[in-house]
Amino acid sequence: MSSNLLEVEKLQTAFKNDKGEVISVDEVTFNLKPGETIGIVGESGCGKSVTSLSVMRLLGKSGYIKKGSIKLGGNDLAQLPEAHMRHIRGNEISMIFQEPMTSLNPVFTIGNQMMELILLHMKLSKKEAKMYAIEMLKKVGIPRAEEIIHEYPHKLSGGMRQRVMIAMALSCKPKLLIADEPTTALDVTIQAQILELMKKLRQESNTAIMMISHDLGVIAEMADKVLVMYAGQVVEEADVFALFDEPKHPYTKGLMESIPHLEYDSHERLASIPGTVPTLKHMPKGCRFHTRCPFANEKCKNEKPPLLSINQHDEHKVRCWLYEDQHQQILADTQREVHA
Amino acid sequence: MSSTTSLETDRKADAPRQGTPLIEVQNLKKYYPIKKGILSKTVGHVKAVDGLNFSIYPGETISLVGESGCGKSTTGQAIVQLDPPTEGKVIFQGRDLSTLSNTELRQLRPQLQIIFQDPYSSLNPRKRVGDLLAEPLLVHKLADKSEVTRKVDDILEIVGLTKHHRNHYPHEFSGGQRQRIGIARALILNPKLIVCDEPVSALDVSIQAQVLNLLKDLQQKFQLTYLFIAHGLGAVKYISDRIAVMYLGKIVELGTTEEIFKNPRHPYTQILLSAYPVPNPHLRNRNRVVVEGDVPNPANPPKGCSFHTRCPLAQSICREKTPDLMGSGHTVACHFPLA
Ligand SMILES: Nc1ncnc2c1ncn2[C@@H]1O[C@H](COP(=O)(O)OP(=O)(O)O)[C@@H](O)[C@H]1O
Ligand SMILES: Nc1ncnc2c1ncn2[C@@H]1O[C@H](COP(=O)(O)OP(=O)(O)O)[C@@H](O)[C@H]1O
Ligand SMILES: [Mg+2]
Ligand SMILES: [Mg+2]
Repeated sequence: MSSNLLEVEKLQTAFKNDKGEVISVDEVTFNLKPGETIGIVGESGCGKSVTSLSVMRLLGKSGYIKKGSIKLGGNDLAQLPEAHMRHIRGNEISMIFQEPMTSLNPVFTIGNQMMELILLHMKLSKKEAKMYAIEMLKKVGIPRAEEIIHEYPHKLSGGMRQRVMIAMALSCKPKLLIADEPTTALDVTIQAQILELMKKLRQESNTAIMMISHDLGVIAEMADKVLVMYAGQVVEEADVFALFDEPKHPYTKGLMESIPHLEYDSHERLASIPGTVPTLKHMPKGCRFHTRCPFANEKCKNEKPPLLSINQHDEHKVRCWLYEDQHQQILADTQREVHA
Repeated sequence: MSSTTSLETDRKADAPRQGTPLIEVQNLKKYYPIKKGILSKTVGHVKAVDGLNFSIYPGETISLVGESGCGKSTTGQAIVQLDPPTEGKVIFQGRDLSTLSNTELRQLRPQLQIIFQDPYSSLNPRKRVGDLLAEPLLVHKLADKSEVTRKVDDILEIVGLTKHHRNHYPHEFSGGQRQRIGIARALILNPKLIVCDEPVSALDVSIQAQVLNLLKDLQQKFQLTYLFIAHGLGAVKYISDRIAVMYLGKIVELGTTEEIFKNPRHPYTQILLSAYPVPNPHLRNRNRVVVEGDVPNPANPPKGCSFHTRCPLAQSICREKTPDLMGSGHTVACHFPLA
């Protein structure tokens, strides 16, 4: 087993507003190895973007990491001074967003923007930087790269802009790429192109990826392992096959059953999760899912469940009291093995 | 999953397409002028919809699928007479809507309703839900004051809200609840056809299923006919009896849901279906056909078959001659349809 590139431990991120503080993301823990892709899935507002922006330390004026650590290499990104963090961004971690126009500057050509980034992070001459920018554009499948480099972003289609973003993000050979809904704004045939491209580049470069999506299809397509988030917390973590074959958390199960599968028979009704996602201001006591959970009991209503490990190698974890016995059993088995 | 085959053969897909259509769309075109310069001279046209022919039968759900900009919303809006077509006809229960007087059209309107992706933008934020629902009834004089409250309460129950919601404002509702209000507003007029334009696209996955189930229940209860426009293929498969695949303002293939999924004949249909990511990691390395390039500009569509610029099977005839929608039942517009 190779060692981890990224270790996020009990991350808690908060925002200040005029009424005080809201905790957006709480007790988020996960590890990522070089070359591995972790999928983060959940409904809107569950904390996917805040988790990734915490790793990038791009939380704006009102946001801050309140607890926990984010270890990358020897550094704890939660503690690093901003100057040092700026060096890490773009160099070791880079990020692509749903709408590339938010991160492309409309008044500079594609070439200007790419070269600025390349010159900032790599020891290259201007001429070499330009050659390298063209090479990167070709790599992400941009036709006529020598000409496109002189174009302004708005001249390109959505799919082409996202390719440019990927070229920029990968140009400094980051160890970690964070992709926050990179294909959500694109049409399906273009989404398929971008996902295939990301798979190809990931294989070539061994870059670790945090792939954020609300779409379980994209996650199934891309991820090695998956975090399911609900109301600011990780409720389940598992290997991608384990998660889709045997989802454990009642929320994950509900989510899987409520997507109309292509194998669905039209006589069947879709399963659906009753109610709506709670807001940060009205977070239920106990388990945050208990108000919508068909299995909730007294304990669920009153006590917060921890993320319980339910297999030997600590690979499948569930934040649900229903698995407490299974968790205890695993603990006992592990103990026995250690003593034997 | 093998048991589904026998069930699928007796699905209602074939049943409703007998008898007279509820709607017949004939050579429907909608061109939007492109204006330039200070004199706003028309320099060309966006061919948003370019010659559609299809029928909608009573009680069925027919879906329009295709990538953004292919003309789905324009088609839906032309059918419910929100936006008059440039050319062609929409025939509703045998009557050509373009020949009707304004008064006749107004009387017909309640029967042709539409619901949108974001109900919030179509609901006046300063009005209470009770008033929002009463309004269409009063405008169309379909109920007098004494009946209105009861009708509003009834419809709220039907769409899964309660009569207490009458006094709330739209912003006090979640996305899913707002879509229920949008549905209630259409339904209260007792329509024959509802165009559902991406009704679940803005909703979270767990809420989408609630709304899809509601639409299906309502269809049974009130014998509704749907023209359904959606992004997610799963939702389309779940709700449709028939599917029309659109590309650059044209229908390229039309068939029963089962036919389209099991036996797609247009190369574009095949590519579109295989492009959707499947929520099953065991299928991640399946053979998929990934198409190159972008959708061409609808102001300047390619000559011949408009898909030829991206089609892996294109030959010289495809660059010259526009293929017609051919076949009976399952129709396809392609010079070299897949077997
Ligand atoms: N800048 C901010 N200020 C205050 N609250 C925020 C800010 N950004 C996000 N939040 C809140 O944090 C929660 C998680 O949001 P986010 O991570 O964006 O969700 P998503 O899973 O959709 O990406 C939401 O309740 C959101 O309203
Ligand atoms: N009011 C309008 N004026 C000009 N062009 C329009 C207008 N409405 C739609 N279009 C254009 O018509 C084409 C079809 O649009 P639309 O029917 O909305 O597609 P879809 O719903 O399939 O995404 C697009 O190219 C769009 O830009
Ligand atoms: Mg987000
Ligand atoms: Mg549309």
